[in-house]
Amino acid sequence: MAEPTQKHTRRTPIIGMEVHVELKTASKMFCGCANDPFHAPAPNTYTCPVCLGMPGGLPVANKKAVEWTIKLGLALGCKVALFSKFDRKHYFYPDLAKGYQISQYDQPLCENGVVHTELGDVRIHRVHLEEDTGKLQHTTIDGKRVSLIDFNRSGVPLVEIVTEPDIHSAEHAKAYAKQIHEIVRTLEISDADMEKGSMRLEANISLADDPNVLPNYKVEVKNINSFRFLEHAITFEIARQDALLNDKKIPAQETRGWNEEKRTTIVQRSKENAEDYRYFPDPDLPPMTFDAKYVEKLRAELPMLPEEKIKKLEDLGIKPEFAQLLSSSEFPLSTLETLFTAAKGKGFEPNQVASVIINRKLDIRQVKTEHVLEILANTYTKDEVDPKELESAVSAVLEEQPKAVADYKAGKTQVIGFLIGMVSKKLGKKVSPKLLSSILVRMFSSKY
Amino acid sequence: MGTLNTLTLTDAIRKLHNNEITLDALYADVNSAVSSKNSALNIYLAQDKYAEKSAEKGTLSLLRGVPIAVKDNFLTVGLPTTASSKVLDGFMPPYESTVTSKLKKAGGVIFGKTNMDAWAHGSSTETSDYGPTKNPRNPEHLPGGSSGGSAAAVAADMCIAAIGSETAGSIRQPSAWCGVVGLKPTYGRVSRAGVVAMGSSLDCPGPITKTVEDAAILLNVIAGQDKYDATTSPVQVPDFTKMLKTGVKGVRVGIAYIDHEKLVGTPAAKAVEQAAEVLQSLGAIVDRVPLSQTLKDNTILTPDYAIGVYTVVQRGEVSSNLARYDGIRYGHDRTHFGDEAKRRIMLGTFTLSKGYADKYYVKAQQVRSLYIQNFRQLFSRYDVLISPTSPGYALKLGASKDNPMFGELEDMLEEPSSITGLPGINVPCGHDKKTNLYLGLNIVSAQWNEGLVLRAGYAFEQNTYWNSWLKKDK
Repeated sequence: MAEPTQKHTRRTPIIGMEVHVELKTASKMFCGCANDPFHAPAPNTYTCPVCLGMPGGLPVANKKAVEWTIKLGLALGCKVALFSKFDRKHYFYPDLAKGYQISQYDQPLCENGVVHTELGDVRIHRVHLEEDTGKLQHTTIDGKRVSLIDFNRSGVPLVEIVTEPDIHSAEHAKAYAKQIHEIVRTLEISDADMEKGSMRLEANISLADDPNVLPNYKVEVKNINSFRFLEHAITFEIARQDALLNDKKIPAQETRGWNEEKRTTIVQRSKENAEDYRYFPDPDLPPMTFDAKYVEKLRAELPMLPEEKIKKLEDLGIKPEFAQLLSSSEFPLSTLETLFTAAKGKGFEPNQVASVIINRKLDIRQVKTEHVLEILANTYTKDEVDPKELESAVSAVLEEQPKAVADYKAGKTQVIGFLIGMVSKKLGKKVSPKLLSSILVRMFSSKY
Repeated sequence: MGTLNTLTLTDAIRKLHNNEITLDALYADVNSAVSSKNSALNIYLAQDKYAEKSAEKGTLSLLRGVPIAVKDNFLTVGLPTTASSKVLDGFMPPYESTVTSKLKKAGGVIFGKTNMDAWAHGSSTETSDYGPTKNPRNPEHLPGGSSGGSAAAVAADMCIAAIGSETAGSIRQPSAWCGVVGLKPTYGRVSRAGVVAMGSSLDCPGPITKTVEDAAILLNVIAGQDKYDATTSPVQVPDFTKMLKTGVKGVRVGIAYIDHEKLVGTPAAKAVEQAAEVLQSLGAIVDRVPLSQTLKDNTILTPDYAIGVYTVVQRGEVSSNLARYDGIRYGHDRTHFGDEAKRRIMLGTFTLSKGYADKYYVKAQQVRSLYIQNFRQLFSRYDVLISPTSPGYALKLGASKDNPMFGELEDMLEEPSSITGLPGINVPCGHDKKTNLYLGLNIVSAQWNEGLVLRAGYAFEQNTYWNSWLKKDK
């Protein structure tokens, strides 16, 4: 299928997202099995009667997972339910051991939050806790095509974060997903590794003629395992739906999967018929009640979140674009502050420190302060040069490099960088590139 | 051949402890009862060949190695567990249920697995995929169910004591029909871990025994919070044998349900009236609780609505609980489900469906809470409520056929206490000499009040002649 080329539409994209995050608790959601599906020595090793759906196996909720979900909800500005429960969601699939998934239906742990992105706010509809399924593997053994099931992932705690349809572009969706990724990583509740699938993205996409009226269809796109693919998938889907709407067709209500190789979404399942999961409260799990004090205790335990960190950095005089990049948990605020103070002592501004960290991709959790100061010195220290000496050096270089001069005249102005380097080399000193550049330009226009 | 198989659990433990009898002799008598009667009665689906060997290890523990019969829905390592369904034919459990593991730790021996209604769906043991069990008191009659095999094993002295499970009546009703004692504990008192689930919000394992004291001993062993069952309660477990013999003086007894149209003038109603007189003569304060069609203080809500509540809730949970039996990981595929299981799966699936859940499942839960309110009020006024366990004597073989609501109607007197999670006991309270069949008295109390239920049952049993084991002693 050819990729639709039209990138822009007069219609408003209406996008809601569902993000699934596997929590990295020590044990699974409802049993004592190790929660480490990606490092299991062999398939079906981290299993027990509960996560295999054996007769008589009963779930017992993982308290840590509940606590982490509440913390995530708080980090997303949600209201935490003081009464919540687990429900059974029924459907048949070979990787679903019990014939139902333990999830949350009408009383999720957290509701009504908001995530701020540079492209606009995204309201959080709900955050709920459920269990992951096993994994199917379709393969060939002894020439026979077989389907195998690995239950190591069965029962791993899974949080689902659902937004309101507040996202209006592929970039906006990407910014939102990155923000969620960052928050989850800051809370240290998940590896959120999209390649492995411990963070999974889904987007519900439709196009509205009137942005105030929700369209009467939506297309769910799954199998998106990077931020880049998210952007690609949404861009593709907007163009595809726009073309259909231009032809006066309403896109089918369906689930599609993103295929990065073919750069296209492919129909996975029609959603024309409303699914019936026959939800009912899981009688094996008593409802959960929390008091406000407990919720406040969890709130107090929250680490500094990216948004707050950005504000702190900006208060320290860091440019917004740097602050945004440094908000990642890779750059602990305390380490940044130590570096800023040390650099100030040597006459460097915090923004210079920020620039060096970002451009040199420094891992400040590893690199020593002295090393950072050294890099700063090499990058920003300038020697004093006599203007006459400077001019003669420039003249000499221009004489020696006729080809570069010719190139410059032909419009290849980027050779100026090369010439600056040659002058510095001739002088054996570090000279401000700005100054050199202005001298060069002046000499070009007068002499040559 | 001796008669040590007829010993009560209390006596067997005492005699083994005092070296009055040997395990060898006890096992010889139980084994001989099994070999002479099992093929006719169809009680055991599987037996542990090494039972006696295991018994020797338990001689110093509480239960002294006595043979205990266990319903086939408890997972037992080394003994196949099928819940009497062909879907699980030959299934060897990879782990042990909490109840059987507690019994073993206390020196009990899982002697064999008893027949039941397939998946515990029924009140006759006729829906078993392995054929019906017959009532040892009169083999032309049903043993009741679903724990019919366990009740029959006790009645036939083919074990010293047994374990059953009840969703609504499945311990008490077969106990009534077989003339034995059956205790359904408070929901959450005994762990469901390792028990093939039927109605998860109702299921409750419990003892089926020869005497009330036997039931108290077994409840002591199996009760308690379990980290593998989140619905078990941290409520403290008392020693149920301690208060057992303190009598019923001053205990407030309410007579319930005998003014229901189905019971008026029946032998079951008369037996309960006589039982009330016995309790009164022992110092209890006895009063009648009028039946009511609506929720009203000091009246008992008719059990008629409980039939509907129970049917909807239980079928919904059944349809969900049986979803795992897809034949992919273990067991056989769905074509092996019997008719009754299929009916329940379909009805449960329907009542949980979008658009119908509110009409059925949610509605049923609302009515369920009316029963909870009703009992809460009544137990501020009464300590125990008594009623017939079953509307009558054991019915004839074949009675459950072509009657999909057979169990729900037979168990209507247990359903209100089951859907509200209350404890109840069946003790024999009548006997028909012609048929050799029994009537049962159902004694119910408030949550966690098994102690009082046992106490009242013990007082009644010791002062009447209905218990066939105690009669022999007299």
